[in-house]
Amino acid sequence: MAATRTLARRPRSAGSAGGGGAGTRGGPVEEDRDQTGALRRAVGRNLTAYGFLCGALICFALFSWYPMIREVILSFQQNNFVDPGQWVGFDNFRTVVEDPAFRSAWLNTAAFSCLALVIGYAVPFVLAVVLNELRHAKAYLRFVVYLPVMLPPAVAVLLFKWFYDPGAGLFNQVLDAFHLPPLSWLDSTSTALVSLVLVSTWMNLGTGTLIYLAALQSVPGDLYESAELDGAGLFRRVWHVTIPQTKLILLVMLLLQIVATMQVFIEPYLLTGGGPENATVTVAYLMYQYAFNFGDFGGGSALGLMLMIALLVFSTVYLRVSREAEQ
Amino acid sequence: MRTLVSPLSLRTPSGRIIYWTTLVVVVIGFTGAFVFPLYWMVTGALKSPDEIAQIPPSFFPKHFDLGVYKDAWEQLQLGIFLKNTVLYAGGAWLFTLAVDVTAAYALSKLRPFFGKLILGAMLATLMIPPMVLLLPTYLVAKDLPIFHASLLNTPWAIWLPAAANGFFVFLLKRFFDSIPRELLEAAEIDGASPLRILSSIVLPVSRPILGVVSILSVVTVWKDFVWPLLVLPETDKMSISVGIASLSAQMPQNVLIASLVIASLPTILVFFVFQRSIMAGLTAGSLKG
Repeated sequence: MAATRTLARRPRSAGSAGGGGAGTRGGPVEEDRDQTGALRRAVGRNLTAYGFLCGALICFALFSWYPMIREVILSFQQNNFVDPGQWVGFDNFRTVVEDPAFRSAWLNTAAFSCLALVIGYAVPFVLAVVLNELRHAKAYLRFVVYLPVMLPPAVAVLLFKWFYDPGAGLFNQVLDAFHLPPLSWLDSTSTALVSLVLVSTWMNLGTGTLIYLAALQSVPGDLYESAELDGAGLFRRVWHVTIPQTKLILLVMLLLQIVATMQVFIEPYLLTGGGPENATVTVAYLMYQYAFNFGDFGGGSALGLMLMIALLVFSTVYLRVSREAEQ
Repeated sequence: MRTLVSPLSLRTPSGRIIYWTTLVVVVIGFTGAFVFPLYWMVTGALKSPDEIAQIPPSFFPKHFDLGVYKDAWEQLQLGIFLKNTVLYAGGAWLFTLAVDVTAAYALSKLRPFFGKLILGAMLATLMIPPMVLLLPTYLVAKDLPIFHASLLNTPWAIWLPAAANGFFVFLLKRFFDSIPRELLEAAEIDGASPLRILSSIVLPVSRPILGVVSILSVVTVWKDFVWPLLVLPETDKMSISVGIASLSAQMPQNVLIASLVIASLPTILVFFVFQRSIMAGLTAGSLKG
């Protein structure tokens, strides 16, 4: 017992003697024992910690970190996945950019995001402000607004596909009941994209509404009181109290929504297949088509990389804002 | 608590009229916008092919015939799809908890070297949406690096990527950070191993956050469409969303609608039961005002 302890401590005490700082007789020995103990504890703690971390490290490495690198590699390679990939410089990017669908895809994605902002961004805020004033049926309204969010997106989208049916579909029947002319919804280049935005808004509206509702609870009541004493009407109180008090969450949600809507895929995939005449092709959908319909993973990855860079801009701003909000 | 409209003006006669009108409009509007489509779906599946195509449509189905639901269940093999989805979501849930809880605990309480760096790298994945990494991630699942195994058409293709969730690690770590050190140090002095401390001290006090993470992880996998579409192409292995979508073109309209109802029942049921946890999870990630 004593022997092992001496052994363990010998190299260290030599080291500390070399440092020349040996003080009293009992001092260095005590210190050494502490140091080896601390070192051993630190090594043990690290081993346990990495034991606990290894599952997560493997999963993240395989499915998050490595794909980021792989995306960059793929987009500069010509690959058939049998032979090693050929470096082709910017060829993949050139192919993709020269594709007539490329321009439509970016324009549609931008238009989809903008339309989704116009409809899907302001509406939840207005709903939340109204809900926050109501004293009755609160639980029911909160439950109901979140109901579509709980549906699997594929179900919601297929349901709307049926509603959009130009013949017996619900929407044209409702229009007919109000003596309005029927629309061709998904079949016309002018309404197809708006129809996609409608589904997407319907199934995501609840999230924003409930988050705003939670944020509104923390607006201090006396601010409204003093604004009212100053003679501010309803809309001026919203403008000068509610919005400034919730501006960070409004900004965060704005960025989150842009990032979410720019990746739109399932709506064009299930509703229109990108048609009519490329009117609903989005960047994510074109990326999917390149890889799985044309077998061109290089072109698909090039598109993915472009989308990633575009989204990173928004994510970076988001990170800045949310960090500011934490403080 | 005082809100936008003062309680005083609500008590005046005109205030009351405005309040009740707003309430009625909102209740009717919400019901029409969010409940009526679901009503139309449930009743649409009770109609015969002729009735469902008829103009103008019938508000109530003419006869209460559950036969269409039975057809949907049998023709679309919904039983198999549901069983698959339960397997994927359940396994993903167990995997996520096992992997992310241990990782968050290590990062929060054991604080290894490079811990900050690892946490940073995990959180960085949140900035890059999975959609843009779809192709390289698919290739990883198709031919796993080093092991050279294909995960396609196996549950692992769902389970492993589901565990790589930076948001869950962040939520768990933030909660573990709030557990007082003294509590753990006392156990450490008594000679409890880190695993023991995790299972008998940390986990019991973390029940709320574990509930939130559990529900979020199950619901996420259940609702996912793009990833299972790619990695589970075999019909017998499909999740319910992908299965219905891929067979939708061959189905009569009313059978398809019935299968949509069956597919949405589990998530709606989960929402009924775990409403509070789901709403807590919604605001857990976002910030306070």
